[in-house]
Amino acid sequence: MGDEYQVVVVAGGSSKDLFPLVSKDVPKALLPIGNRPLLSYVLDLLEDSNLNNVSVVVAGHESGVRVGSWIAEAYHDRLQVEVSTVSEESGTADALRSVAHRLSSENVLVVSGDMVCDVPLGAIASSHKRQRAGLTALLCPRTPGEGCEASAGGVGTKEKAKQLAAADVIGLDSARHRLLYVASGSQLGKEVKVPLCLMREAGQVELHTDLLDAHLYAFNRELMLEALERNEKFKSIKRDLVPHIVRSQLKHGRVEGTLSCSAYVAGKARYCARVNTIEAYGDINRDVAGDAIYLTGYTVSGMNNVIHPSAQTGAKTAIGPQCIIGEGSELGEKCSVKRSVVGRHCRIGSNVKVINSVVMNHVTLEDGCLVQNSVICSNVYLQERVTLKDCQVGCGYVIGVGAEHRSEALAKKEKMPINYQFLQ
Amino acid sequence: MESGGGARRGRMVIDPKVRQVGFVTPGEQDGPAGVSSSSAQVNAPDSPAPVMIPPAPRVAVPAAADHSPPKPAAPVPIPPRSPPLPPRNFDAEDEMPLGSYNPGGEGVLAGSPNSSYGKASSEKAEIGDLSPTMVAELNSSMMEMSLERSKYELPVPEKENESTADVISERVEVPAINNNEGPENDARQRKLKDRTSKAERRALQESQRAAKEAARASAAVAKAKPPPQKKDGSNEKKGVDKKPVDKSGEKDKKKEVVVPEKDKRKDAPAPRLQFDDEQKVAKARRRAIVEQTTETKHRVELFRHLPQFVPPTQLQALEEKYLQNDTMHIHPAVYQVGLKYLTWDIVGGNARCVAMLEAFKEMIRDYTTPPQKVMSRDLTAKINSHVSFLSTCRPLSISMGNAIRSFKLKIGKLRDTLTEAEAKSSLVSHLETFAQEKIILADKEIVKHAVTKIIDGDVVLTHGFSCVVEMVLSHAHSIGKKFRVVVVDSRPRLEGRILLRSLLAQGLKCTYTHINAVTYIMQEVTKVFLGAASILANGTVYSRVGTAAAAMVAHGYRVPVMICCETYKFHERVQLDSICSNELGDPDALVGVAGRKEFRELVGWDESEHLRLLNLTYDATPADYVSMIITEHGMVPPTSVPVILREYRKEPIL
Repeated sequence: MGDEYQVVVVAGGSSKDLFPLVSKDVPKALLPIGNRPLLSYVLDLLEDSNLNNVSVVVAGHESGVRVGSWIAEAYHDRLQVEVSTVSEESGTADALRSVAHRLSSENVLVVSGDMVCDVPLGAIASSHKRQRAGLTALLCPRTPGEGCEASAGGVGTKEKAKQLAAADVIGLDSARHRLLYVASGSQLGKEVKVPLCLMREAGQVELHTDLLDAHLYAFNRELMLEALERNEKFKSIKRDLVPHIVRSQLKHGRVEGTLSCSAYVAGKARYCARVNTIEAYGDINRDVAGDAIYLTGYTVSGMNNVIHPSAQTGAKTAIGPQCIIGEGSELGEKCSVKRSVVGRHCRIGSNVKVINSVVMNHVTLEDGCLVQNSVICSNVYLQERVTLKDCQVGCGYVIGVGAEHRSEALAKKEKMPINYQFLQ
Repeated sequence: MESGGGARRGRMVIDPKVRQVGFVTPGEQDGPAGVSSSSAQVNAPDSPAPVMIPPAPRVAVPAAADHSPPKPAAPVPIPPRSPPLPPRNFDAEDEMPLGSYNPGGEGVLAGSPNSSYGKASSEKAEIGDLSPTMVAELNSSMMEMSLERSKYELPVPEKENESTADVISERVEVPAINNNEGPENDARQRKLKDRTSKAERRALQESQRAAKEAARASAAVAKAKPPPQKKDGSNEKKGVDKKPVDKSGEKDKKKEVVVPEKDKRKDAPAPRLQFDDEQKVAKARRRAIVEQTTETKHRVELFRHLPQFVPPTQLQALEEKYLQNDTMHIHPAVYQVGLKYLTWDIVGGNARCVAMLEAFKEMIRDYTTPPQKVMSRDLTAKINSHVSFLSTCRPLSISMGNAIRSFKLKIGKLRDTLTEAEAKSSLVSHLETFAQEKIILADKEIVKHAVTKIIDGDVVLTHGFSCVVEMVLSHAHSIGKKFRVVVVDSRPRLEGRILLRSLLAQGLKCTYTHINAVTYIMQEVTKVFLGAASILANGTVYSRVGTAAAAMVAHGYRVPVMICCETYKFHERVQLDSICSNELGDPDALVGVAGRKEFRELVGWDESEHLRLLNLTYDATPADYVSMIITEHGMVPPTSVPVILREYRKEPIL
């Protein structure tokens, strides 16, 4: 069944948005979410839907090598994955161009590699085919406030405002779920211009800002390649290619045939998020450790948390619900971990508090540290009584005794060879 | 009398299907003998289409004859009617029909129809309110009819001979069909049944069959006249051809013994699932491929037994399973078609049937027999699961049911000697020919016939959107006939607009109105053309809801009503109302009024205790209102539907 669709996963490279979490050594695709590389969520989703023909495009050669070797190890007997690389600067549209020669199926599913979602891809595939669409986009109802509640209150409202400002405007024909208009929030000024021909054609258009474009598209292959070929300037799928196709469906008179664009609006119960900002990274980690734990495939203990059997906890250490403790981590006495994800082989001393945070692998937290609302990357060393609030700490960073940081991004200037353990 | 009766009996047995329905048809009361004799007249031995009735202009509409003076200028040609027969002496004939209905001797019984008894009994129940005299009259007229027929259809092969066993076993449940036709026979029958053991009866049956066989063989050899229908002949030949293959008589016999068992199972169709039977529904749900969580809260009491409407929420659930690899393995092509049924993207009997056949073609092409399985068996099971998937998306139309039946029959008949590739290609070609012959070519033929009925100056009324009617109108226009079209539409589907658009594009003059104005507009209409989802054996036209209203009004205004319908949509079932079998549409479709947002009375209707919304999809038009049915085999009165069913649809029944 899966042969009808080929899949292109645009896995990105070392995105600047996620500095300092992402570097050349930790490409975005391998960023741990709930102690699993980000890309594994997409690949598992593909596997569930029997979509076996997958091309993964990674930006940057080094990242490509890392991603490739990880996939080769983890998926060698499950999926047929080909990894290719494009240069660091190229956009998502370039990534598509680079694998164009490999595409042969009638329809192509283009998935962003930073998606964590449980919408069955079959639904999009089927909806795409049923409506004989040229383009089908997955839209998820935005749940305003949900992400914000998780983070601290004051910041939340600001974030929310920012989110809404950046919201995409999506025009839908509510009856048939046709996609009629797309304008991404970042490009949009204060006003939304809706072309007249659209009103003439569709009669009624509902403009939504409450829908999140999940960056998952089903394309008719010929249509997509033709559009890419004609417009060499296109850099991004989302910003250039999709709006172009949506616009061009109206030019061809009646919106019938394969040229039409449709939208698949996921149900409210579905989880769908993208790791495109630091906040999102923290939120998604918390979601994955909490309500969306089923995405990770871990078995949840009676305490509503996941503690690897090889992890050791000292006396009087409390690990709250909605936490994940990775393999081989050691926690000292009187520690408290709440709503956080702790990676593999971390050493956490006594009297340490980790709240609402993500601690990656091989991190050492000495006694008396307090980590709140922060992300600590691998191989970080926090000496005694360090306090971190709303911070991001890059790989291999060392924070001295008793330091206190608030709302900072801490990262090393120079690169140091680090031994990453993701592959294990 | 005795010998005469015997001879007649022998012949009567050959066409049992008329009995099946004839006496139920309300139209029969007007004078079935006339109709039958007229058809019999045309029914020359070598006529290819025994029911073709040559158009004879300027004759009063049959129904009009009873109630009112015939319209002098009725421009419609209608079937010619023979002068009414002289009044019959019922007393004299009283014993006669007995020969056909309740044959006294077992020998005749052996040739009885296979499936008609069960049906006849149910019909009997349905017409319970007819007075006995009326029944008697009907029966005698039926008798007359079959007598007439039998002159022309002499020794028809007893193709029903395999079904003897079930006839005997079913016999007991069947009440005497004619009250007046010899209870003593029945009693004898019953006594016989009581007295004899099963083995004895079997032996008796066996011997009768042997005798019959011999008789048939001799008849086949000494056949004086050619068989009246070609199909008959070919059938006969097939039977003869088959025989030499298994040379030993014993083997033949054994085979014959086995067949009835199978037939029995086939002939007693499982009663349709009644959706108000909670146990059965629960059982079906457990077996169902798709989880049906669609418990409609507010069912209309009278229509509780029907499958409830599948709401669009089901679509999402279904789509999500599309690529998943679960046990049912619905082929993607079939899956897509099913989803399109669900969203009503594919509607109309022909379109749905064609789409299904196409999808099945895809499925067969991709099919490989699993190891250690027989293709025909495995494929039948697969088809069954696919069909049940389709029916969860939307209840199957009768056209689809017929197509599926013929396809499954084809699968069952596949010879084991064929390689898989050959079998597959033969199945694919079967599907192709079905679509081509029964639908596409049939439509062309219907158009040819129907166009002759449109004359210059006509005002043609049609209801909703029937693709055949559209073809008829556009073809009539293209050959230069000058006429006007009234498109009558009805909420909530408003399909008529599709028709209107295409007619206007071709430059026809049109009037568009809704069904509530039909009484007014009918005054200027000269002909009514309607499509049908199915035509049932009693001439009832089963079609989109509103058809009955249009036909009734037309009948009231003495406007001829012509139904265009391919014969593959005909069904042996008899239905008198729109209740027992129908389909429920989306109740929410009734809620809104397009362009009137302030009409919000019905919003949130499902919270009200006292409100039920009923959106029916089909209705049944009684045969009284139908002047003529235009099929690819010719134009026939509704009373002749059984004839078509019998003569042109042998294969699926056998």
